[in-house]
Amino acid sequence: MTTLSEAQEISQPVVRKPPASTFMRVMQFSGVRLITLFGTIVVAIYLTIMIANMGGYVDEIMRGEIRERITVQVVNNPANKNLDPDVRNKLVLEKIALEEKRLGLNQPLAVRSFRYLTNALTLNLGRAVNMASDSGSRTVRLIVLERLPATLLLMGTSNLFLFFSTLFLALSLSRKYGSLWDKVVISLSPTSSAPPWFYGIFLILIFAALLKILPFGGMVSAPPPENSIEYALSVLKHLTLPASALIISSLFLSIYNWRTFFLIYSSEDYVEMAKAKGLPSRDIERRYILRPTLPTIITNFALLLISLWTGAIITETVFHWPGLGRTYFRAIGLYDTPVIVGLAIVYAYLLAITVFLLDFVYALVDPRVKIGDGGRQA
Amino acid sequence: MNALRKNIREILQYPSAIFGSVIILLLIAVAVYALVTIPYQEALRLWRGGEDVWKSNPQYAPPAWVNFFTRKKLPVSFTMSTAEVNENEAVTKVVEIGAQNTSKTYITYTFEYNYDDFPQEMSLYFTTTYEAKQPFVSILWITPDGREIRVGDFGVSKKMTYRMSQDEKLKRRLGGLPPMQALFADPNSETLVPLKGTYQVVINGVSFEQDSNIEAEFVFYGQVYGLAGTDHLRRDLMVALLYGVPVALAFGLLAALGTSVLTMIIAAVGAWYGSWVDELIQRITEVNLVLPFLAILIMVGTFYSRSIWTILGVTVLLSIFTGAIKGYRAIFLQVKESAYIEAARAYGASNLRVIFRYLIPRMIPLLIPGLVSSVPAFVFLEASLAVLGLGDPSLPTWGKVINDAWLNAALYKGYYYWILEPAILLMISGFGFAMLGFALDRIFNPRLRGV
Repeated sequence: MTTLSEAQEISQPVVRKPPASTFMRVMQFSGVRLITLFGTIVVAIYLTIMIANMGGYVDEIMRGEIRERITVQVVNNPANKNLDPDVRNKLVLEKIALEEKRLGLNQPLAVRSFRYLTNALTLNLGRAVNMASDSGSRTVRLIVLERLPATLLLMGTSNLFLFFSTLFLALSLSRKYGSLWDKVVISLSPTSSAPPWFYGIFLILIFAALLKILPFGGMVSAPPPENSIEYALSVLKHLTLPASALIISSLFLSIYNWRTFFLIYSSEDYVEMAKAKGLPSRDIERRYILRPTLPTIITNFALLLISLWTGAIITETVFHWPGLGRTYFRAIGLYDTPVIVGLAIVYAYLLAITVFLLDFVYALVDPRVKIGDGGRQA
Repeated sequence: MNALRKNIREILQYPSAIFGSVIILLLIAVAVYALVTIPYQEALRLWRGGEDVWKSNPQYAPPAWVNFFTRKKLPVSFTMSTAEVNENEAVTKVVEIGAQNTSKTYITYTFEYNYDDFPQEMSLYFTTTYEAKQPFVSILWITPDGREIRVGDFGVSKKMTYRMSQDEKLKRRLGGLPPMQALFADPNSETLVPLKGTYQVVINGVSFEQDSNIEAEFVFYGQVYGLAGTDHLRRDLMVALLYGVPVALAFGLLAALGTSVLTMIIAAVGAWYGSWVDELIQRITEVNLVLPFLAILIMVGTFYSRSIWTILGVTVLLSIFTGAIKGYRAIFLQVKESAYIEAARAYGASNLRVIFRYLIPRMIPLLIPGLVSSVPAFVFLEASLAVLGLGDPSLPTWGKVINDAWLNAALYKGYYYWILEPAILLMISGFGFAMLGFALDRIFNPRLRGV
């Protein structure tokens, strides 16, 4: 998860002296911002493509695989048994060339990488090399779409719960800091140094292995129940442990961060002033503390929404949750560049769009922020 | 010096800082102990294992101290060898010279058995010397109530292993029961419980040549072993748990140190020079924020190299250009305008001198808490990669123990110790650094003090 300070940094509001024409200013600002963001994406995706091909090393692996597979195929084919060895070798070479052409391996990587890049940028995700969706399709788009609901369910449940519960708890803790609960939360915040899969192991140990009340992993019991209510219950049962692992691992640090953040804002002079005026504490909280912190809250929420997309690679692997994180991991294991790049590009686009939109949202919620004046500051 | 003493006094006011420091010091002590007692090459050899290294260990055995917590005492593993006949009274070996170059060898192993369960296996490892004609041995089993059970009679080759539970003839002779149960079972009991008392294994050997000799090692494979237990390859987990300490500390500290120091230097350089240098750093940071961090590490591990140094390098490289660099840069931009920097420039300090002598030292109070708090994340990162099967192929680490346990369905089969031991060590070291980091953060960032 992105920390608070990071989130503030990503989308830095720009405050400048009064402009000439608001419309022109906004247009210019948006243009420059869009171009920089797009440039960032192009570079990042090209890097991902090169890494996913390991600078051509993956090609060697794939060539070797093709050679072995086709040779075995031709030699084991009973129809080829009586062929002359020379003819058979020629047949093998021809088939290898054909297969390499099918996968585009006959072109140098430098050429192919730019084709991959254009395809990725135009969201033409193409076909997977080794992976297939459960329905048997090789289209990357279908593979991703098939896995997306599982990830959205897991990450959505845990992150939304985490976001709203920590915000609420932090606000109430900041109201009475120094209390017992406050101290408990502070002393428990180091627990967030462990990743979710770590808590997952303990949860599995307690609830699946010892108590035997929740399943070890997976998303639905096998065979899946026919009845849709039973199906939902079964999914809920499987969801409990991975979602709890994700929540526990960042709960206390999240509360601690938000609480500290609110406390800093509630020690501002204008809050003291409002208290001195005798305003009711609800009003102080809403208008004087929450309002100025709104941009940060919104940034965090937006970043949370895109983090849903990436899934949790290790947590999903540990819990055998059939989501995008596990697909990512499997794709890497199978050297499936199109799937790796496909997942990366969608994430990059979502991130860029969010960052871009946040600039405008900032201007809406924070009267101190004015969009534009071109360029960037701080 | 005074400032340092003042800081230490301040640290001592936070119980969590003291607790964290104690844990860290203990870990460092264990790391030094591990590196001294098990040299690097030895650790690799032990962990790579093989038949010769771990043959006398039981498989999947929990640590011996579980017996303190359970009512049902599980048998502890041990070995006895004729090589130690002079030191160990429980082993006797007598050789009688007979007629025509023959000789008789009597070997006995005596041991107490006070456990409530049966062992996994008992084996005899024979090493004999002869020219042409094999010696012949017959093995007797003597129970506490004086029964004598014939275990087996066979010729022994130069190196030979005899495993009692795999002897089908013995199994038939014992009425079809698994030999480990039948040999220890109490004949007067209705249920299958072991008879407690003193057992003896007697080997009566006959050699047919003048210089022929019989040596034998008796290995009792219990159900618990040592301080840490064993895994599926009979390896003593203690090796990995001990050696995991220096590996985890080295990875965590080096990654944290490399990341925070490099981040600070790059941020200072960017803020000081400004213009295109700054712009470039900003762009790299934005590109890096789009790149999927863990996925790239997994790709490097899968495609390129799983060496811990490569992974460390890539981790540091990817962790430099994150949000932290922007935070440092913002502060450096403020510091840059201070009067003392202007004074430094006035006396003609070079750019590098200003950066390293004036800008960076100013930020060290911010650097230290961040550095300490980021250690756990890197320690867990190394373990996470190992759990995904991307750990360093040769080094014994905590993550790899968890990975082995996971692949062998340890939780499902009930070998909890296998996962819990490395996990608890990970947790302790992670929390140690996190607690110290939290306290340092409050000491060095006065804005948080009192909060």
